Amino acid sequence: PHALVFLEHRKGVIDAGSLSALTAAKQLGGQVSALIVGDSEHVNGVVEQAKKLQGLTSVLHSTSSQYAEPLPEVLTPLFEKLLSDSSFTHVVSATSSSAKSVLPRVSAKLDAPTVSDVTSVEHDASTNSTTFTRPIYAGNAIATVKAPSAIPIKFFTVRGTAFAPTPSEDGASVEAKEVEPVQVADPPTQHIKTTIAKSDRPDLGVASRVVSGGRALKDAKTFETTLYPLADVLGAAVGASRAAVDSGYADNSLQVGQTGKVVAPELYMALGISGAIQHLAGMKDSKLIVAVNKASPHNYPREMYLMAHRTRMHQFSKLRMLAW
Amino acid sequence: MRPSAARLLNILVPVKRAVDYSVKIRVNPQQTGIDTNVKHSMNPFDEIAVEEAIRLRETLGASVVKSIKAVTIGPPKSVDILRTALAVGADSAVHVALPESAPSPEPLAVAKTLQALIKKAGDGESKVDMVILGKQAIDDDLGVTGQMLAGLLGWSQATFASKVEVDEGKGEVVVTREIDGGGEEVRCKLPVVITTDLRLNEPRYASLPNIMKAKKKPVEKLSPEDLGVDYTPQLETLKVTEPPKRVGGGKVASVEELVAKLKEAGVTAA
Repeated sequence: PHALVFLEHRKGVIDAGSLSALTAAKQLGGQVSALIVGDSEHVNGVVEQAKKLQGLTSVLHSTSSQYAEPLPEVLTPLFEKLLSDSSFTHVVSATSSSAKSVLPRVSAKLDAPTVSDVTSVEHDASTNSTTFTRPIYAGNAIATVKAPSAIPIKFFTVRGTAFAPTPSEDGASVEAKEVEPVQVADPPTQHIKTTIAKSDRPDLGVASRVVSGGRALKDAKTFETTLYPLADVLGAAVGASRAAVDSGYADNSLQVGQTGKVVAPELYMALGISGAIQHLAGMKDSKLIVAVNKASPHNYPREMYLMAHRTRMHQFSKLRMLAW
Repeated sequence: MRPSAARLLNILVPVKRAVDYSVKIRVNPQQTGIDTNVKHSMNPFDEIAVEEAIRLRETLGASVVKSIKAVTIGPPKSVDILRTALAVGADSAVHVALPESAPSPEPLAVAKTLQALIKKAGDGESKVDMVILGKQAIDDDLGVTGQMLAGLLGWSQATFASKVEVDEGKGEVVVTREIDGGGEEVRCKLPVVITTDLRLNEPRYASLPNIMKAKKKPVEKLSPEDLGVDYTPQLETLKVTEPPKRVGGGKVASVEELVAKLKEAGVTAA
């Protein structure tokens, strides 16, 4: 097998999710090439970082001012060109918002499915088939699906929390090869602007500890004064339930759940979150889960430590003030 | 591009019948799937898509949004969700009927079906200008159909939309998209495929009179053969299992006890 991994970066820094995708691609047991696209400001730096990644066979890169933002309409022709008459057997990416937008568009043009959000990969070279597991029904069931040899190029996106990120290796350096960009005349879609929420805390997607708050935290101010000090003590990222985001307590980028971020930290603390299926889908693979809630614990997986107290707000504040 | 200055929009809204979001699903003993003898309803993201189409008509006016057509592909019971779409404001519907026992069609086959329907609508009066659909279905959680359709058609696409603003004069749509860590705005030329995210709107309920009226709205029935689409799955589902159960754990009575337990588990201050 020969996998093409869409190695994403934001302003020159490789996305953690792509490093997990790389690990999954390596498990196919063959060659692994990374594809880096972007404008001239960032590509070279990312290529240098990528060359050091453990287990990569080659680095492909393509530079164009059109690639400054990952527009699916503009990237699809490049993928098509790369995949035509090539040795690639798999196209792999993180389950990121931009890869999710691009890969299915490309796969459809090649008459192939895209298998989303896989949590395991196994390739059988003798039958040229690949078997994946992936959560369905918001993680309440796990499907095992096989892409048979009849699908010549198998597309899949990788759930970051299921694969350790590929580390860098000093001294390692693989061949880098430039790919001519495919200019799209008059693209049907134009990028206007991107707004990324800034935070000094660890990134929610990769943090080893997460402290999340729900609607029970009443308002944005209480959310902040309750969660942030606790998160600071623990060195944790801050998360939020969909209800808390919808009520305006927290930014949308902090949402944990089926439609937000999927996290699996060492420690997940849920404060004032009832545990809707939607939310559980985003955190149930966490190692140690702590729920602080007055409601009955039946919604949560059973092993959690839980305080069922009527004076919930009081407990929240106390938790915050406790000297760790 | 149309020659006339006043652009009339025809909106197609694909909807999927899925196990209701409130149902606690159970894997069947044969491990071939889940127990489907439970309440079904319209995929929640598709409800948002229907709502958005109706809101566009309310904002732009009925003279601009000429038609809103709902379409579904599935067994006989799928007609129920078409009636739901009609009751909240879609004008007409198409049911691509599959046998009761048929496996759920894969996203690529669904995209090809939609492509065939759009081709069938032609380039004239009933030309489709906009497809609005959910970003994913809450059963298979694949989230790829809209992108596949846009690829097959070569149209612009705006996934995970949280705001849609149409400039019908220019033939453009500005869409705010939810992306990892924030938001993004893109300007798409019509025709466009838009997939909906949660925050786009809050779907309305159908009123009883409108539910009654919806029964008289037209539902066209087509067969896969009519559209020339093959629904044979490309992927093979080997099995469906329960996720691993978590064990251990317990309840603590006080914050002090909780913190003690956490320290015991090796959680220290950063």
